[in-house]
Amino acid sequence: MKYLDEFRDGELARRLAREIQQTATRRWAIMEVCGGQTHSIVRNGLDQLLEDAVEMIHGPGCPVCVTPLELIDKALAIASQPGVIFCSFGDMLRVPGSTKDLFRIKAEGGDVRVVYSPLDALQIARQNPDRQVVFFGIGFETTAPANAMAVHQAKLQQVSNFSMLVSHVLVPPAIEAIMNSPSCRVQAFLAAGHVCSVMGYWQYYPLVERYRVPIVITGFEPLDLLEGIRRTVQLLEAGTPQVENAYERAVSFEGNQAAQKLLSEVFEVEDRNWRGIGEIPRSGWKLRDAYRDFDAEHRFSVSDIRTQESSFCRSGEVLQGNLKPNECAGFGHECTPRHPLGATMVSTEGACAAYYNYGRFVAVDSIR
Amino acid sequence: MSAMTKPDLSLWSCPLPLRDYPSIVLGHGGGGQLTSELIEHIFVPAFRNTTLETMADSSVLPAPAGRLAFSTDSYVVQPLFFPGGSIGDLAVYGTVNDLAMSGATPLYLSAGFILEEGFPLSHLAAIVDRMAVAARAAGVQIVTGDTKVVEKGHGDGCYINTAGIGVVPDGLHIGPALARPGDVVIVSGTIGDHGMAIMSVREGLEFETVIQSDTAALNSLVASLLPFAPHLHVLRDPTRGGLASSLLEIAGQSRVGIVLNECSVPVLPDVQAACDLLGMDPLYVPNEGKLVAIVDPLVAESVLARMREHEHGHRAAIIGTVTEQHVGMLAAKTAIGGTRIIPLQIGEQIPRIC
Repeated sequence: MKYLDEFRDGELARRLAREIQQTATRRWAIMEVCGGQTHSIVRNGLDQLLEDAVEMIHGPGCPVCVTPLELIDKALAIASQPGVIFCSFGDMLRVPGSTKDLFRIKAEGGDVRVVYSPLDALQIARQNPDRQVVFFGIGFETTAPANAMAVHQAKLQQVSNFSMLVSHVLVPPAIEAIMNSPSCRVQAFLAAGHVCSVMGYWQYYPLVERYRVPIVITGFEPLDLLEGIRRTVQLLEAGTPQVENAYERAVSFEGNQAAQKLLSEVFEVEDRNWRGIGEIPRSGWKLRDAYRDFDAEHRFSVSDIRTQESSFCRSGEVLQGNLKPNECAGFGHECTPRHPLGATMVSTEGACAAYYNYGRFVAVDSIR
Repeated sequence: MSAMTKPDLSLWSCPLPLRDYPSIVLGHGGGGQLTSELIEHIFVPAFRNTTLETMADSSVLPAPAGRLAFSTDSYVVQPLFFPGGSIGDLAVYGTVNDLAMSGATPLYLSAGFILEEGFPLSHLAAIVDRMAVAARAAGVQIVTGDTKVVEKGHGDGCYINTAGIGVVPDGLHIGPALARPGDVVIVSGTIGDHGMAIMSVREGLEFETVIQSDTAALNSLVASLLPFAPHLHVLRDPTRGGLASSLLEIAGQSRVGIVLNECSVPVLPDVQAACDLLGMDPLYVPNEGKLVAIVDPLVAESVLARMREHEHGHRAAIIGTVTEQHVGMLAAKTAIGGTRIIPLQIGEQIPRIC
């Protein structure tokens, strides 16, 4: 893991930051799409470092944040059934459904387990043939290949007690929805490097063509982010909207073809609800009919659960970059990481939680 | 589990044969012959000292001069054996260290065991053996104890509670409310080792090298620092919640702010890599053999030098300062020159999705 140190070099980072500040003739509004990038930006204080040159708008790229309340209620309904082992990535456990979260289900006796890969869940299914093992398959294109592989293997190996509750979301339609919003302020995008390592970046050319915004494929370490921002600012200043790849060590134009092949075999595109945003056409993946037997929604008959989102929470506007988290009336009062109203406050990657946790609501001048 | 995490039973031999039970049965907690055998054949030979051997209902100890420090902690770690230690080491060192953080010289411990029916006696013996070794290393005696057995499925093999008594010299005042603006924050070594050692075994994560827990007795390190009193204001062992939580508690209790220089905080590359992989922050990861000292700037360099001479302080570092601003808060200068506030976590750190 030695290679990471070079991308956290303080001196180089300061040099890049100076260059960005010198290049910018005005303050540009740039959206980082991915929650992992939001986390890194805030954790490293990049937004403060670049405050005069760019306004970083935290986009909808936290998969935990955009998973609809209705699907979480379905997950809770499945996880509380006797005989079920419900497996999930860790940060999904604290996301509140209508009345409780997975931690509560676990405390009430539900068998809820944190796993690091859907393939671990498949292994648990093999080891517990008399139990129903369900994996909560959420995420962007990044986590999708492993989820597809788990379902694919389950079918191949006839692990009939395994199923997946799927809520995959896709980045390009989300960018499109943001650009189509009449109140959109975003002038450029940092595209998520991990998504592009799977999908490539050929999908972004039509978006640049149509909306005339630069899109720069960017990594996650401080220097990766600064380099992505530097290139974006250059494109903005030059008035030349283009796709650029600033994460060449991980991302190619075509992406991971083997992964894409598997994805198209297992999943098909559908319209999907995004928490706080609403339905975005053709923005999600669901299991194809050939894999219907492994669809937990089908297996556990939870399709009829219908839930309305909280009307008080303005996370949708935050996710679209129209509202800073601390501009919401509930921020820090009714809504805190301990009592989150919306999912942007739940995940550490969520824009509201990042603001709250890293003190973007208090003055920290004293430590500059 | 790798070979390293299994109890090493090669050196353990039972002084007298126990009855034909290779594992704990309910009767071992019943107060009858089985209980006596457990005490006589496992606990007493390992912890051997004259106070324990009186087998009285309570241990009668000489009253030392000075003031008493008294602390208790319960240990429920899983797995029971992990790279670099076991629940037995933690049960002794944890309580010893809590005592030492008041500047106390730890003297006596109690040990209460809650065992689950079916728990292998060989494992119990190995744990007890580790406790005996740890007690000798820390220079304390285990002078009283208790064993209870719970039905299968009602425990996690073995839980241990230890309580400890130490003595604090008159006139010595070290405590979490005594940090002052201008003080210097020093950590005795790399952070996050214990938590990531446990995590890597518990979750079956495999890294290129095995991360070892740092579990150790810190009382001799503390003893070497006591000559710096009264300039030694606060000592804390950042266990649960890690360095960040300890510093936040101190900031709150002392009504001060603390500023960390993040790139000065020592973190082993393997621990950092494991944290990065799981989306965790080493500042919140538990330690079991590290301390934070908050000292007057007059003695900061000398305290640092003294720590580095000690076997448990080789990688000590000055990591921050105490300020009168942003009271109750912990702020950090990030490695690349930005700033951030480090909040108290709500619960345990949870690995992130991506």
